[in-house]
Parts: sequence; C-alpha cells; structure tokens
Amino acid sequence: MAETTVKYEKTKGLTDKPLSYCPGCTHGIIHKLVAEALVDLDILDKTIAIASVGCSVFSYEFFNCDAQQAPHGRACAEATGIKRVLPDNIVFTYQGDGDLASIGIAETIHAANRGENITVIFVNNAIYGMTGGQMAPTSLPGQKTTTSQNGRDTDWTGGPIKISEMLATIDSVAYLERVSVHDPKNYLKAKKAIKKAFQYQKEKRGFSMIEIVSTCPVNWGMKPVDAMNWVKEEMIPVFPLGVFKDKGADNE
Amino acid sequence: MAKVLMKGNEAIALAAIKGGVDAFYGYPITPQNEVPEYLSKHLLANGKVFLQSESEVSAINMVYGAAGAGARVMTSSSSPGIALKQEGISYIAAAELPCLIVSVMRGGPGLGGIQPSQADYYQATRGGGNGDYSLIVYAPETIQEVADTIKESFDIADYYRNPVMVLVDGLIGQMMESVDFDKPIKERFLPEKDWATNGTANHPGRRNVANSLQIDPNALEQHNIHLQEKYNLIKKNETRYEMINFDDPEYVIVAYGTMARICRSAIEMLNKEGIKVGMIRPISLFPYPEKAFDEIPKNAKGILCAELSMGQMLDDVLIANNGRHKVGFFGRSGGMLPDPEEIVDAIKNFSERVVK
Repeated sequence: MAETTVKYEKTKGLTDKPLSYCPGCTHGIIHKLVAEALVDLDILDKTIAIASVGCSVFSYEFFNCDAQQAPHGRACAEATGIKRVLPDNIVFTYQGDGDLASIGIAETIHAANRGENITVIFVNNAIYGMTGGQMAPTSLPGQKTTTSQNGRDTDWTGGPIKISEMLATIDSVAYLERVSVHDPKNYLKAKKAIKKAFQYQKEKRGFSMIEIVSTCPVNWGMKPVDAMNWVKEEMIPVFPLGVFKDKGADNE
Repeated sequence: MAKVLMKGNEAIALAAIKGGVDAFYGYPITPQNEVPEYLSKHLLANGKVFLQSESEVSAINMVYGAAGAGARVMTSSSSPGIALKQEGISYIAAAELPCLIVSVMRGGPGLGGIQPSQADYYQATRGGGNGDYSLIVYAPETIQEVADTIKESFDIADYYRNPVMVLVDGLIGQMMESVDFDKPIKERFLPEKDWATNGTANHPGRRNVANSLQIDPNALEQHNIHLQEKYNLIKKNETRYEMINFDDPEYVIVAYGTMARICRSAIEMLNKEGIKVGMIRPISLFPYPEKAFDEIPKNAKGILCAELSMGQMLDDVLIANNGRHKVGFFGRSGGMLPDPEEIVDAIKNFSERVVK
C-alpha cells in the first residue's frame, strides 16, 4: 500500500474560523501569506496582530495569535503602544486603504517616522468595501463608486494618494514594497515580500510596510476574474509595483 | 522620604512613578505640560517608556495598545485634549483595560482659555465617547491627595479592569504644596493579567484578544449588563467623600477640588458670624457619593452646589437630594476664581440662588 504523504495543509497561522470575505476578494490570499510568514519565521506565538476597521475588522478571529482590535485609523498608534512595552514581541497591523490612507494617515506617517519596529500590511483596493463601495483616498481617477457616481473627479476630490511613495521619503523606514496577488508570479513575489518584512522586524531593523494592490469584486461590480484583470490593467499603472525602500539592501 | 515642596503637575508625575507606571504616552497641552516633562526625564532614565505622540488621538490609542499588552500605562491632558481622547477612552472602557487618564481642566468651551476650570465634569462623568460606559473619576483637593490618589489609581484600575480618571484643574496643577510620597495606600489583591495580549507563548493554548466589537446584539447587551454590574460594584466599594463641619448645619455646600478649598475658607467666615454651614466634598465623582446627602439634617435650610462651571455637578446634587431640600447654585467660569466672600454672600442670600 502506498504511503500517504501530506502535500498541503492549512497553515497553523490561521484559526479554523471561516473567513468573512466575499468570493473573489484577495483578503483571504493575503491572510494566508501573512500567517505562513509568521509560522515560517517561528514567531507566531510572540505575535500580536492589530485588526483595523473595514472588511478586515474580524481578522482578530482569523490570525492564530494574540490580537487587538483598533479604532478606525488608529492601528499604528495601538501597535506603537504595544511594541514600546513589548519590544521583543512581533506586532503587525492589517489595514485597508480607508483606514490607513484616510482617517489613519497621521498615525501611519508618524509611526513610520519614529521607525517603530512594526510591520504594516496595507491592503489597497481603491474603495471602501465594508460600508458598501464608497470612494476611497486611493480610488482611481474616473472610478465609479457610490459616492462618486459619475466617476472620481480629481479636480473636486483630489487624486489617488500614493502611500508607499510618500513613506519612501522617510529616513527611518526600513522596508517598503508594493506587491499584488493577481497572478501566480506576483503571488510568489508578495509572499517573499511579506516574509521579508517580518524578518526585518525580527531583526529589529525598524518600520516595514507591504502594500498589496487588491480586489473588491462585489463593490467594483465585477466578476472575480475581471477584478484580477482590473488590478493588472487599471490599478498597477497608477500604483506601480516594486521595492520603494530596503535598508537591508542598502547596507549589504 | 520626608515631605517635599512640589508643584501639582510634577507631583502627579512622581506619584505615577511611585505607583509603578511602565509607560506614558501623551501630547503637549497647557496647563499640564509639567506632567510629561517630568516623566520624559525620569521614565526614560529608568528604562521605562515615555513617548510624545503626534496627537491626543494617537496617545490614547497607544495607551489602549499598552494597556492591552498588560503594562501599567497612563496619559495626561487638558480639556480640548481630553475631548480628542474620548474615542479611545470608550474603546478602552469597552475592552475592559486598566489605565490612568489625568485631566487638568481649563476653561472652555472650544479652545476656551488656559485658566483653572471645572467645566469638564460632564466630560469626565458622562463621557464624550459613545456607548454605556463609565470611568472611575477622582477629584482630589490638595496635592497630597493628588499624589495618594494617583498612586492608588493604578491598583484600582487593575482591580476593576477599568480606566481611572484623576480630575484636577489648572490651579492644582500649577500650585505648590508639601507632599509625602511614602504614605501607604490600601493593599489590594490584584489578580494576574492573564488576559494580556503578550503573545501566546506566555499563555499556551489560549489566544488573548483585546476587543470592543460585538456584532451579535445579544452578546453586546450581555456585555453591557456585565459592565453595569461592575459599575455597581464600584459604586459599592469605591465611593469617596468628606463631610466637613457637619455639626447640625443650617446650610450645606457641595463642592470638589479647588472650589472645595475656597468654600472651606467661606465656611470658616460664616461660622464666625454664627451661621452654621457644613460641606459635602465628593472625592469620587463617579461613583457619586449620593448617600452623603442622607446625613443632611431634615431642617436644613438648603444645599448650595458650588462649581467652577455654569452648573454641571448640579445635576448629581439634584439627583442625590431627590427633592428633600432646596438646592441653590453658585458658579464661576472661564477661568475666574471666586473670593470666599462671594460664597459667603451666596449663602447669606441663598433664596436668590435657588434653582430647585
């Protein structure tokens, strides 16, 4: 009789709680990558996750580690509070673009500027998902949302704010990369980037953020496959992928 | 340590260190700046955490994080700054995390002024944050009482897993008095913080989560019932007040903090004139010392609520009095402090002061 070998199993970095995300949304993939990184680096049992406000508000139920749930936009402040009293633990925030780039932009910039040794997982899908598809600070020019029904008018509301580019100007940021999970090649790049960000935190190199250009098929009004294509064809030209800062690479 | 002469704000800071504070997060605002200034020097020198945040909003959320992680943590601010902290305070109370919030009141509303005031009684006892929550609020009168209260507040916060607010005004923050920092505080049995989010390595087999989200209305109602039960226990155990000159008084003044100090002088002057006036001095504002009002003689002519506001504690006085006596009000605001003679006059012309 042939021996049974395990080829694949769900990461121990996630609980068994069913995810609350919509079909075709990339939050699930990103959760998996984060959880796998925590397991691979053997840091899961000293990690504290910060759930933010938005679709990922329940992420404290999904990551299989200690967690805190932050008020809207305050994740980086809460992470700072924890990390300063527990400097040897691993602390990460998991935030969407409304939470991080709009209401929480001050907390994000100042945490980066202080070089807080935390990791920020920034899921940018250019829309407010949980509240039903309103315009986000990262919505694309002309993008139709429930609060920009004729398409985002950049003369009236400004253009999509580019967080990675902004944070790259800050000296104390250690690692900054924008990735996507819209196809297998980019998925592997994203996996590597997320793991590297946590590796940097483990090595106490300072602030790291991975921005993941992401989908929201339901509120974009698209089928999942079309949403993946929209990431590739519409979002990435506005939010180009790549490494914006890598202090490790600079030093080595 | 013998008695030392110390400024109120610095005494707050030193008392916090004596009380075992691990971390301070805050943002500058007058008239409480000596608190963070003193702590920045002395906490960092002792391997503890002092961090100046980018805003009050951020500071209170740093407190939330550190409290959740199990640290003894505090912030301090003044009126408009405490307004900005209300969101985080509601979350901390909801998640049942212990911390100390020092509020050094100045005149309002809006940017108001920087002179002493008691116009944030509602803010402290009713809260500006959302939902059914309460802080434990103490309003000490002397710098010695400030130091004792601050020291003990960490234990009280830990015991009940509830934020404690120590409420003073800019006068107490800025004046100097002699203080003994070694006065013993009540010993309490404090359970281990086995709920702290400090990594599952510290508590294998159990994930700890600091959270205020309850999407199931049933669960949220149960949580609110649990909180109310806790607040009732706090009412039973932690109500504090002082009865002053309560020898068959004709009139009773109710005042706290700086206003109570001014009223003490007024009471002496009135007694010399043969008018017997006593005072209820609430030390805990939540829980409010309602039972003290049962000690007011039936034939007393009235109760004068005196505040450095346009009448906020007055609500609690009316509730506690429950229609038994006439209640009058005397208030100054905007940072103006009355002379004791003004209180004397208010008692002598009590009928003009009656509100109910």
